[in-house]
This record gives sequence, C-alpha cells and structure tokens, in this order.
Amino acid sequence: MPYISNTDQQRAAMLAEIGLKPEDLFSDVPPELRCGGLNLPEGLSEQEVCSRLEAIASQNSASLRCFLGGGFYDHFIPSAVFALTGRSEFYTAYTPYQPEISQGMLQAIYEFQSMICRLTEMEASNASLYDGGTALYEAAMMALRLTHRSKVIVDDSVNPIYRTMIRSYLRNRNVDVELAETENAQGLANRSAILEALDEQTAAVIVQNPNFFGCIDDFSDLAAAVHSKGTLLIVSCYPISLGLLKTPGAMGADIVTGEGQSLGLPLSFGGPYLGFMATRSEYVRQMPGRIVGQTTDAKGRRGYVLTLQAREQHIRREKATSNICSNEALCALTALVYLCLLGKEGLQQTAQLCADKAGYAYERLTAIPGVRPHFPAQCWFNEMVLDLPCEAAEVTARLLERGYAAGFPLGRYYKGMNRSLLIAVTEKRTREEIEMLAEEIGAIVESLRSDIR
Amino acid sequence: MKLVFEKSVPCRQGLRIPERDVPAGNRLKKEYLRERPAGLPELSELDVVRHFTGLSRRNFGVDNNFYPLGSCTMKYNPKVCERLSSLPGFLYLHPLLPQLHSGGAFTQGALRVLYETDRMLREICGMAAFTMQPMAGAHGELTGIMMMAAYHRDRGNRKTTVLIPDSAHGTNPASAAAAGYTVKTVPSDESGCMSIAALKEMLTEQTAGIMLTCPNTLGLFNPHIKEVCELVHSVDGLAYCDGANLNAIVGKVRPADAGFDMVHVNLHKTFATPHGGGGPGAGPVGVVERLAGYLPVPLVVRQEDGTYALEYDHPKSIGCVSPFYGNFGVILRAYVYLLMVGREGLERIAENAVLNANYIKEKLKPYYEVPYPGLCKHECVISAVSQLHESGIHALDIAKALIDAGFHPPTMYFPTIVKEALMIEPTECESRETLDAFIEAMIDIAEKAKQEPQTLKAAPLTTPVGRLDETKAARQLNIACL
Repeated sequence: MPYISNTDQQRAAMLAEIGLKPEDLFSDVPPELRCGGLNLPEGLSEQEVCSRLEAIASQNSASLRCFLGGGFYDHFIPSAVFALTGRSEFYTAYTPYQPEISQGMLQAIYEFQSMICRLTEMEASNASLYDGGTALYEAAMMALRLTHRSKVIVDDSVNPIYRTMIRSYLRNRNVDVELAETENAQGLANRSAILEALDEQTAAVIVQNPNFFGCIDDFSDLAAAVHSKGTLLIVSCYPISLGLLKTPGAMGADIVTGEGQSLGLPLSFGGPYLGFMATRSEYVRQMPGRIVGQTTDAKGRRGYVLTLQAREQHIRREKATSNICSNEALCALTALVYLCLLGKEGLQQTAQLCADKAGYAYERLTAIPGVRPHFPAQCWFNEMVLDLPCEAAEVTARLLERGYAAGFPLGRYYKGMNRSLLIAVTEKRTREEIEMLAEEIGAIVESLRSDIR
Repeated sequence: MKLVFEKSVPCRQGLRIPERDVPAGNRLKKEYLRERPAGLPELSELDVVRHFTGLSRRNFGVDNNFYPLGSCTMKYNPKVCERLSSLPGFLYLHPLLPQLHSGGAFTQGALRVLYETDRMLREICGMAAFTMQPMAGAHGELTGIMMMAAYHRDRGNRKTTVLIPDSAHGTNPASAAAAGYTVKTVPSDESGCMSIAALKEMLTEQTAGIMLTCPNTLGLFNPHIKEVCELVHSVDGLAYCDGANLNAIVGKVRPADAGFDMVHVNLHKTFATPHGGGGPGAGPVGVVERLAGYLPVPLVVRQEDGTYALEYDHPKSIGCVSPFYGNFGVILRAYVYLLMVGREGLERIAENAVLNANYIKEKLKPYYEVPYPGLCKHECVISAVSQLHESGIHALDIAKALIDAGFHPPTMYFPTIVKEALMIEPTECESRETLDAFIEAMIDIAEKAKQEPQTLKAAPLTTPVGRLDETKAARQLNIACL
C-alpha cells in the first residue's frame, strides 16, 4: 500500500508498545456497524493509473476552438503561474492558523485583497469565496444582515446560472426571503422594473457588468436611486474587463463580487474557481469569509494574520456571518500571480485585445446575411448576442463537429431567444480562427436557409 | 518581506502581450471606461518568480514536515494526482460544453470521472446517491441542511431546530443557522460522546434533525450512534453526518449503516487532495434513498449505451449549489487516489491512522493530561492544564515551541469542551520515526515547561516573524494596500 510509511514489523512493535492487539483498534465499534469490507476494485499501480487516466482524458475534447463564455473564459495562462502555484509549500499547507510559519500565504492573501480593491476601486476585500455564484449569494445575505430587511431584487441580465443558484439558496431555507426577478428586453439592467419592485423592505439590488449578454452598463444612476431607499447595490463583475471599464466602486456599488476564473485559472470543467468579494470599509464586519490583516510582532517586524475572526464560524458558531471555512486560497494565489505578471499595462492591453478581437468577430459575423446583433444599441466588451436566421442550438451542434465551440445558445435560459447565440472572444482567438468561424457559420446558415426554402 | 506593490518599477512588464492581429474595431464609449488604470504592480517575470518563491519559503506544508493539525487530516498529497489532474484533456475543458446540443460527446471522460467517483463514494458511505457540487465541507453541510428544509417542507412538517453536540465544529451550527434553523446545543457526557439523556430531553416535534461528526471531534467513536439516529428519526428528524473524520473509519464503518441519512465527505481530507493553503476543497454529499430526489441538479447518469449524460429532471431538487459540477479538479485528484488505494488500501488507511493516533496518545500520557484516556480513533486530544497550573504554560506556548522544533502545531483550543486543548491527528502516512521525533519534541517541551518556562513563552525564535499582535491587527485594521 503506497502512502503508508510503516512496515508490518513497525506496526507490530508499535501495537506491542502501547499494549494493543490489531483487533483492538476498532473494538469501540459495535460489531453490527462494521461493514466487513467494501465492494470496490483493488488498487492500481501508478503506472496503471496513468495509462487509465490518459485514456479517460482523451475522451474529452479540449482542443475545440473556444468561443464559449457565459462568465467562464478561455484566457491565456502564463507558464510562471503554474510554476509558482505548484510550489508545494503553498499547496500542501492549510488555512494559515499559525501565522509565524504561514507568512507566505498570509502575505499573498493580503496582496490578493489589495489587488481586488485596486481592480474594483473598493476599500475592503476578503480572502476569497468558492466561486462567483456563491459570492453573489453571500453578498445578498450580507445585505440582508446589514439592512435587517427581507427582500432581494435580481436583474434578469445577471448570469442565469447565478440566478438559479441564488434562487436555490434563498428558497431552500427555513426562513423565507422574498426574491424579485426582473424581465429584460433591452440588454441593460431593467431600471423601470427594478425601481418598481424597490421598496422599504428591499435589502439589495443585484446587477452585473458586463452583463450576461456582454453589454456594458453604468449603474451610477441606479446606485443613487437604490441608496435613496436605504438599499444596497451589489455588482457582479468580470475582472478582466476592469482593465478598461468603469469600476463598480466608481459607480457607487456597496458590495462587489465576481468570478476570478479569468485571472489565470484553467476552465477545468467548472472548478475549482475563485469567488471574490469587496465592499466599503464600513461594512467589513459583516463581510463573510477569511480576512488577512497587517500587524507587527514584539520586535516591530511587519507580519500578517487572520483578523476579525469574531465574524467567523469557529468563534461565533451559529451567529457567524457565514458558515464558510475552507475557501479557494490557492486560486486566490493564482489570480494574484497572474495579475502581477500582467501588471498595469498588461491587464489593460489584454482587455483591449479581447475587445478588439470581439469587435472584429462582430464585423465578420454580422456581415453574414441574416445574422444581426440582438442588442444593436448597446456597447459590449468581449461577448455579444447575435441573432441567427435559424435555431442557435442547431448551429452550435454542427460547429462542434467542425472543431468549434461556437458560443452558447440563449434559448436554454431565455424564452423567445432560441435563435440567439452568445459569442465570447478572448485574446487567445486568432484572426484566422475568427475568420474561419465566420466562414463556418456563414456556410451553415446558408445550408439551413436553403433547407427551409 | 516587501509587498509586491513595493517592488514595482514604472514601465516594467512581466508578460509580453501578443500584437493585435485584427483591425481596432470595438469602440467603447468613453463614459464606460475607468478613469485611471488599476494600480497593478509593474514587474519582470523574474521579479514575480523571486517574490513568490520567497513567499513560499515562508510557508509550511505537508511536504515540509509533520503537520498534525487535528480534524484537518493533513495527509500526504500524491504527486501523481497533481500530474494527472493537469492533463490538457481535463484542464481546458469548458463546463458549458455538455449543455450544448450534442456537446456531451466531447466531455465523456470528465463525466465518467464524476460518475465513477460518485459510485465509489456511495459504496464507501453506504448511501444511495451523491451530489458532487459542494465545494468544501461546510458547503456540503449547507447543502445537506437545505435538503433537510426541503424534506420537511415537502412533508408539511413545521420544524425549527437543529441539534448539535457541544463538541461540534463551528461550521455545523453556522450551516444550520445559514439555512434558517435555530441551533440547540446538546451536552456531551463524561465519556466524551453526546449525552443520550440530554438528547432525549431536547428532542421535540420541532426538531428538524441532528448534525454529528463521526467519529467525533475528540476522536471518539460513539458506540450508541445508531440509537442516537433512531431517536432523531422517531420525531421525523434527519441525521446528518459531518464526514470530516471519515479517515478514521473509511472501509470499516459506513455512515448509512450507523443510521445516518446524509453525509458529506471532505475529499481534501480523507481522499488526499491538497488543502491549497486554505482551499480549494470539495465536499460531496451523499443521501439515503428517500432523500435522493432533493439532491442538486444536474446529476451525472450512465445511459443504456454506456455513455454519460447530465440529468436535470428532478422536480423536488433543491436546485444548484454550485455553477456546474463541483470543484472538478479536486474531484479528479480524489478519483485518481481512490483508484490507487483501492478496496484494501482504504481499510489500511483507517487502521494506520488509528494506530498512529493511539501511539502518540499513549506515549504522551505520562507528560500531558489526556482527558479521554481510552481508545481513540484517528486523532487524540491532550490538554495543557497541568502545564498551565504548574508553570503558566498555555497550549499556545507549546504550539509555538513545536514550530521551533520543526513541526506544524496541532489544532489548538478545540474542541472547546477541553481546556487548553491540543488536538493531534497524525494520519496514516507518517512513519514511526516521524512520530517518535514529534513525541520527543513534545516531551522536551513538557520538561522545559517545568525547568525553564520562559523559553517557551519566547517561542518561536526560528521564524521570519515572532508572535504577532492580533489585537492590533483587529483594532488598527489594515487589510489592503490601496
């Protein structure tokens, strides 16, 4: 058996020294509870498991040219990211409960918190949450605590995956929270519906920028309206876009969350990802999750510790701000390393490159007869909704066979949008890939049209 | 060490971004742009590599040395799991692919990993079905309690309370409260297990369920566990098993056989996935047949033709607790580990974990108080009360002195029902030589507590910083360099 160091002889000697027989080790378990062996296969050697996993991995197609986004993007990951996060002093440690031997991770988390504040133009950040969706749910819970109110409004242009999650969390509690969801038409946050639903019981309004359709919004007006009712504005954002776009902080957001996957984390079939959260200083004591703070030792040397732990489950138990314990520390480290490598210029250039390539894809794709933008009046960042003259799901299915993950058909989440395709373009997509995609879509649209004729 | 921001030099770049190969096209309106660029540091790749290599050298992991952090199961993380989890076929797979029409065909390998891990966990826990969605143990707890709420709502039950023993992890009451339940604390009896008498008194028609760690946080297996579960069932309550300590009984006892209705499994504990400096983890939840309908969707199913698919059509499902299929990269590592240890290996894990913990406990008995001196499972709890009374030495001082001896300290001051607690979990991986070196260090510290306690108060001396001022950190809050 690998990974067990002691030999049979050592075990026998250890048992003898403490006066036990092998069968004594489980003598406290009533016989009727012992399972008497599991119905599982025998263990494999490392060599065997490598062959098996290589075969299994080959049943996945990770070489599709990826225009699929929906909040999860195929960005380039510099080699140094893997090299540094692969250092086992980081990844084989746990939560830094002993600060003197955990200064590496603690300082990194402090730097991560700083980086998130600088990106979003907010004042305080935590050490990470599980993902962008749970971060949004935690933000809603935080707003409910801060306002002592009972209602949350979510705009329809917020990622439908996150809306499903929020719905699941809020509706399966033993205490009810009213959840109002707007319906959308124009590609921006539905202000009239939000203001109509906004009342004295509303703890928070949740919006997203760029929103699920890729459209860029400015919530400054909404922030003012929401604040006049004593309600908090929660903004979910896409961190790469903040290389260019107006920040949630500048718009007057109270709580900012997001999915950090785009910051150096591979798509990895849905996780592990990285939820982040930032807020105003005045709300920090209601923020969930770990927080690292700077302090000094007796000799005045600068160091870092987990702080404000009186918010947390291991101290406050049922009165804690959240039940979270393990978070996504290694993913936060990954995002930090990524942002350090890109730097001030690099992040801006990457965001601009995404926007430019998406712009080129837009030009090429809308040149196809019958392909039109769904929200022609809106600005968008690197993702766009195009209306096809046929079922979008049919087009993406055909394109998979041609080696393209061409985008996400919106009919799955939005009624009446069966012909709408959400297309994302990152800096990784080349001019050639974009042109080929346009050619392929053009051909399919043409053939489907002639079928119809 | 300087902050990364303090090392920034204007105009330095760490990564060359490719030239634009398309015409500049997407004109973003100026009012939508940020006023000034985000204050990211400007560094070369070498600067970044030196910075983070420097930080890593100020961090202690399992690969450095013994890490007996009780209740966290800091076992060795096999390198092969790391390597295989980074195969490109897994690493670059978009999670929305199987949601595209005919997209499932492009993710068969990943779906198979999820399906087979689920099946192995069913067998290990005796449960009827699993969700792989929860992204950590506490997330699994919340998922379980949400299913508990859905179950009671479905049956028209008016339940308000979840019972939790006083020795429980803080996440248990926090999870129950997060799902809207009132928490009532059940005391432990002199044996260290939940008091059956107190439980009987506290059980009412309002009891939604109970949350129990098995074995408990004192490392004790409650011989009356089945009776506890049956009592809870008698008021139509559900029994939730916190599987944080599964490593002690894996292959030996299945939570469902003990009467539990639900269990979460911390893959980063029992199944050796790295703890990542605080995550990512994974906390799949298993349930008995009558609760299977409440599991989050989608579930991965195997179709008649042998292909794998996602199934969403479960009308009673609580919905989604994570965006996709859980922390896939973590699940994948656990899958590789399970394939390697196999049926027999799992039993050896439990046996060796239990032997190592009892070995430490017995060897330390002459030097430290052991409040529950009988047989323990995978961890033992000792107390520094006698050191405190004799020479003013706290559990904290012992922990810091262990750092100077080259070890990661055990969990301190938990469970809270033991004064000056040190909770030691050696795991099955550690050799007798390592255990003996640790025991020797502990004995040496016990001697020092008698002879020269002031040296322990000064520890640690070998680290880049000494004991840090936590009060100052909280009062003069500085949590970001803006």
